[in-house]
Amino acid sequence: MKIDISMLADFARGAALLGTGGGGDPYIGRLIVQQEILEGRAVDIIELQGLDDDAFVFSAACMGAPMVMTEKLPSIRALQVAMKEMEGLCGRKADAIIPLEVGGINSTLPLALAARTGLPVVNADGMGRAFPEIQMVTFSIYGCSIAPIVVTDEHGHIITIKVASNKQGEDFARSIVDDMGGQAQISCYPMTGRQVKDTAVPDTLSLAYELGCGISAAHEEKRDPFSEIFAILKHAQPPRFGKILFDGKVIDIRREIKRGFNTGQVTLTGMGDTDGSFRITFQNENLVAFHNDQPVAIVPDLITVMDRETAEPITSEGLKYGQRVKVAGISVPDIMTSAAALETFGPRAFGLEQKYQSIETLSISTT
Amino acid sequence: MRIGVDVGGTNTDAALMDDERVLSSVKTPTTKDIGSGIIKAIRLVLDKSGVAASEIANIMLGTTQFTNALIERRRLNKVGIIRLALPATDSLPPLVDWPAPLVAEIGKHIHLVKGGYEFDGREISALDQRAVTAAARDFRRRGIGAVAVSSVFSPINSSMEKIAENIVRNEIPDVQITLSSDIGRLGLIERENAAIMNAALADLSTHVVGSFRAALQSLNLQVPFHISQNDGTLMSADYAEKYPVLTFASGPTNSMRGAAFLSGLEDAIVVDIGGTTSDIGVLQHGFPRESSVPTDIGSVRTNFRMPDILAIGLGGGSRVRTGDGLTIGPDSVGYQLTDEALVFGGDKLTATDIAVAAGIIDIGEPSGVSHLDARTVTEAMEQIHMAIEEAIDRMKTSITDVPVILVGGGSILVSGELQGVSELHRPGRASEANAIGAAIAQIGGEVDRVFSYRALGRDGVLEAARDEAVKKVVEAGGDPDRVKIIDIEELPLAYGPGDTVRLRVKAVSDLIYQDATGRITQDCVRNSPGTVSNED
Repeated sequence: MKIDISMLADFARGAALLGTGGGGDPYIGRLIVQQEILEGRAVDIIELQGLDDDAFVFSAACMGAPMVMTEKLPSIRALQVAMKEMEGLCGRKADAIIPLEVGGINSTLPLALAARTGLPVVNADGMGRAFPEIQMVTFSIYGCSIAPIVVTDEHGHIITIKVASNKQGEDFARSIVDDMGGQAQISCYPMTGRQVKDTAVPDTLSLAYELGCGISAAHEEKRDPFSEIFAILKHAQPPRFGKILFDGKVIDIRREIKRGFNTGQVTLTGMGDTDGSFRITFQNENLVAFHNDQPVAIVPDLITVMDRETAEPITSEGLKYGQRVKVAGISVPDIMTSAAALETFGPRAFGLEQKYQSIETLSISTT
Repeated sequence: MRIGVDVGGTNTDAALMDDERVLSSVKTPTTKDIGSGIIKAIRLVLDKSGVAASEIANIMLGTTQFTNALIERRRLNKVGIIRLALPATDSLPPLVDWPAPLVAEIGKHIHLVKGGYEFDGREISALDQRAVTAAARDFRRRGIGAVAVSSVFSPINSSMEKIAENIVRNEIPDVQITLSSDIGRLGLIERENAAIMNAALADLSTHVVGSFRAALQSLNLQVPFHISQNDGTLMSADYAEKYPVLTFASGPTNSMRGAAFLSGLEDAIVVDIGGTTSDIGVLQHGFPRESSVPTDIGSVRTNFRMPDILAIGLGGGSRVRTGDGLTIGPDSVGYQLTDEALVFGGDKLTATDIAVAAGIIDIGEPSGVSHLDARTVTEAMEQIHMAIEEAIDRMKTSITDVPVILVGGGSILVSGELQGVSELHRPGRASEANAIGAAIAQIGGEVDRVFSYRALGRDGVLEAARDEAVKKVVEAGGDPDRVKIIDIEELPLAYGPGDTVRLRVKAVSDLIYQDATGRITQDCVRNSPGTVSNED
């Protein structure tokens, strides 16, 4: 697959959907890729299985506060510096880029770097959605090292972090990002093609694009965008379960900063045929949803809030009192629900009491 | 007493109000010079009520001139653009994602220079004053008289933008300059877009606001006048002249506020049928529901507070085509209705002709439509009603029927009942709802910045922000005793150091009306039904 300018709006919309409330402003991400493709070239997306076992692959991302990125825009120049440094440290030229996450701005920035450098992007990622921390990836869960992490800013500063623990890498990088003004560019997870094939969540970039196309097509043909979304998920590889968890209106938002994260809870009240109350707890991304106090979806399953009419995804920063929304729940591939995976990005990793139960299971027990 | 005037693309309306009573209202065609249309409307509205000009204490104007200029890409200035940000933000230069024909109008005169702030107030780079001077000289050489300046996190600290302004003024003495920190919220691209659009409207603004002033002068109305802005609040004429971009979307807002006032309803759907389009919006507590998604104006992204409006291509001038399936709109004969419609001796079948043929209105020459067959008329009337019903349904928030207020000159097209509507209101003076909305607008003030709760604590910071918003309202002419905080939004900065939040506080108040003797009156504006006189 080649990604050209005409495909970007749909791709960014689908990525915001998979971003499950986090991942930053999809508009800025789309514009940056658009600009790079205008000046560079269309981006090659290569399939996971097409990677050579000994290919050299790494992740590129922007780290920091989504709101800061809307002012001090992510720097593709600095992203390129981070990549060159990574190549120097590893002693070889990169063959491909793999996104850390498919949700939000960090799914589009690797495309921008690819448009500038000519490298292909692998149709896969490490989160299958968005998560707040960079060790919360399947690469890490299944044994790949985050190090070295190269952190760069727009001034040309380069800081290299070498650590044994991936979580420790996240912590060090986070404090450097604060010093750099709340937003910085990183490269990390140098991997072989074999490692990527063994650990990545497959086919997520194409899924984002198909979801975005589905929403647009539904608009044009005046069909229900939500049925379109679920039909696409059902036919995804592997198939994903999806359903509307709630249809309602935002009546309260509480936000708080805990450990530097945007945490909080949004409460909805039912509209149309939907009764009762509904609440979602979030830490940048949506973590757990309750309908009349019964859990109906739990991280790592996806909980996405969307405009009730247009199905435009709404980030947790964009939630506002009075918004009319539908909340969709979407299952994740098995690679994301193993014991090791749940240890890293299951409910306990976020300090939640609930045990993980798949959205399918919860859906049967609540209906 | 006060007069509200709405200068639309087709009509100029005026309404004369005494406290909460509408004494008279009129509709006249907009003129090319704008001023003579305003003079005519104000004279008519005074004559009709028998009120002397000397009794008028305030004038409020609403206008779509600036929105239309941008959408139609006419009478725009070439704009010089300076962004203070390097080495940051070079990923996206200014004007990115603007439609090419609009860029062709304003030119691509862009200078990125060193400067800008981090979110916590540190400098990204020291301001490169020499580069700003060089940019200004480049603009002068090219004969550019309008300049927009933006800077990273300027809503937190606008000092660099202000220094740049002084440098540019030194180089180009009569420059018209817009600073992004004066008009926009956080979000560099959207705020910069607004600043560039504002600069592009500089000459038109001088002309339009100048015409307003001259018109009032020639009527000997030496009173304060205000212009309404996108969120339904008022700004002084001097302020509006500097920031014409803030008038965007004030038209639909005024018509919805006017509809609320005329009907006495606070929660309803407003259908404003004009000559070319119908605007459908939702009233909540007497104010328009705001759009939750970023709004594009003339295909340029902004982050203004805007009413959530659905516009459909149906109005009194909509072309009706028969033959292979009947169609209505989206094209319209617009202001040429009185020449081109069949009932006015023209040769084009319009929605107004259909309404005349159906016998629901009596204007023009009915013989012009006597040849239409009954089936076509019935089918067209059905289509008109269905289009409006569908639009209402799309704006509704639940399946239950809702009250609907019908306003605008084209509201005559609706003859019967509408599906999904609990009660259909057609208030008197419905076609001048815009002008009445302008006359009852409030004064607002907004604070939108990043604060740290560390020193003062949350309560202390909230109080300081509230005080600042209130101060802004009072400075703008609001009544200090009637200030209300209508919106507080806290947005913690994710991953930022603890206790840093983006805080947005908006306050509104009633304008202090000064009568002709200089006595200050408390002219409170509420939506109380029954005080509106419905004599015409």
